[in-house]
Amino acid sequence: MTQTKRTWKLVAVLVAALALAGALLTGCSGNNNSSSANYRTLDQIKDSGKITIGVFSDKSPFGYVDENGTYQGYDIELANRLGQDLGVDVELVSTEAANRVEYLQTGKVDVILANFTVTPERAEAVDFAEPYMNVALGVVSHKDKVVTDLDQIGDRTVIVISGTTAETYLTEHNKDLKLEKYDTYAAAKTAFENNPDAVWANDNTEVIAFANQAGPEYVVGIEQLGDTDTIAPAVSKGNESLLNWINEDLKSLGAENFFHADYEKTLLDTYGAAYEDTLVVEPGQN
Amino acid sequence: MEALGLDVLFMGSNAARLLQGLWVAVQISAISVVLSIILGMLFGIFMTWKNPVAKVISRLYLEIVRIMPQLVLLYIVFFGATRVMGLNISAELSSIIVFVFWGTGEMGDLVRGALTSIPKQQYESAAALGLNKAQIYRQVIIPQAIRRLIPSSINLITRMIKTTSLLLMIGVIEMMKVGQQIIEANRMTSPNAVFGIYGTIMLLYFVICWPISMLANHLEKKWN
Repeated sequence: MTQTKRTWKLVAVLVAALALAGALLTGCSGNNNSSSANYRTLDQIKDSGKITIGVFSDKSPFGYVDENGTYQGYDIELANRLGQDLGVDVELVSTEAANRVEYLQTGKVDVILANFTVTPERAEAVDFAEPYMNVALGVVSHKDKVVTDLDQIGDRTVIVISGTTAETYLTEHNKDLKLEKYDTYAAAKTAFENNPDAVWANDNTEVIAFANQAGPEYVVGIEQLGDTDTIAPAVSKGNESLLNWINEDLKSLGAENFFHADYEKTLLDTYGAAYEDTLVVEPGQN
Repeated sequence: MEALGLDVLFMGSNAARLLQGLWVAVQISAISVVLSIILGMLFGIFMTWKNPVAKVISRLYLEIVRIMPQLVLLYIVFFGATRVMGLNISAELSSIIVFVFWGTGEMGDLVRGALTSIPKQQYESAAALGLNKAQIYRQVIIPQAIRRLIPSSINLITRMIKTTSLLLMIGVIEMMKVGQQIIEANRMTSPNAVFGIYGTIMLLYFVICWPISMLANHLEKKWN
C-alpha cells in the first residue's frame, strides 16, 4: 500500500513539475497580446536621450567589431545616422540571428538593424520599415565556362552549402541539377576552386565577395536568381510612431544617396564597385 | 603564426578584448559559484528533512533543474520575465540568476548525498564518546561530508565556467563572443583565424579550470 502511495506521489510531483515548466514555456512563446505594449514610442526614446539598436557584432562587413573594439559596417553606419538624426545617443546591442525577433518582441531594443531579411513570417511578428538593401541568390563560375543562365549548367556540378537558401531553392525548382553539398564555407570554396567544371550557388553577397577576393579567374554569371529579398530595419509590432519616423528619415537619406556612400565606405572592399547598384536600395527612390 | 591564424590575435587590442571576455565569464561564474555553494548547503540540509512537504518541494525543484537545458532557463529569465511580468533584467544578472538556480539545485543534491552517506554508526559512536550535537557535526560529520563533496562540486564549478559560453545567446559579450567577433572581422583576410582563436580560447578555459582541478586533487590528498 505504501509502495503504491509513494509511486502516485512521485507521478503527481512529475506532473506538477511538467505543468509548471509548460506554463513557463508558453508564457514566453509568443501569442500573449494581453500584456501592455512592449516597446518605447518615439517620444519616450527622445525623452530618454538614448536609442538601443540591435546589430550583429560578428557579420563582417555588415555589423562587426574591429580590432580596436569599435562597431563597424554597413548596418552600423545607418544605426549611428539614425541616432544622429533623432538627436539621441546610440546604444548598440549584440544580437544573434536566432534571437532578433525576440529582442523586438520584448522591447529590449528599439530597432533591429542586423542584416534582417524581410519575410512574410517575420512581418507577422515585427514591423519592417523601408528596405535599404537587396539580396538574392547568385552563381559563380570559372571564367572559361561562364554560366549566365541555369539552363547552361546541364550535367555540370553545382556546389552548395547545406542549409542555405541556395540549397533549398535549387532542390525545389531545379530537380535535374547535380548538387554537391558541403557543410562549411571553407569546404565548398576548396571544392569549387579545384573543379574547373563546377559552378557555385550561394547568396549573391557571398559569391560576389568570393569572386571579388579570388580575382579575375572567377565570374559571377548570375547575379540575381530566384526571389529577390530585401533587408530592412525592424521595430516592435505596433510601434507606429517610431516606424513612421524611421521611414521618413530613410526617405531623406535616400534622397541624399546615403546608402551608396555607405556602400562605398563599408562594402566596396568586399564586393567591388560593379555590384553597387545590384545590392544597394535607396529608400523612396524608385 | 600565419598558418595558425595567430597573427590576428595580436592585431589592435584583440588579445586584450579576449581577456576582457574571459574576465566577464570568470566574474559571472565566480559570483554564481559562491552563491550556489552557500544556498546549496542550505538546500542540501533542507533536502534531508523528513517532512513530506519539504520533500515534494525539493523534488520538484531538482527535477526542473535537471530537465531544463540552461539555454532554455536563460531565455525564460531574460526574455520570458520581460514578456510575462514586464521585468527588464539585464543579461548579466539573468545569467547569474540562472546559474545560481541551477547551481543551488545541483549543489544541494550533492550536499544531501554527502550528508546521508555518512553511516549512522558515526553519529552513534561520536555520541558514545561524549560529544555533544554541535561537536558531532563539527568534528565528525562535516569533515567527512566535505571530503566526499569536493570532487563532484569541483566538477560543477568547472561545468559552470564552461557553460558561460552559452551566455552569448542573450547578448553577454564573453570570451566566446569576442572570439567569434575577431574571427568574423578577419574572415576574408585570415580564414585560419578559426584555429588560432578557438585554440586560444580552449587554452584560456584550460588555464582557468585546471588550477581548480589541481586544488581539488590537493585537498582530497591532504584530507585522506
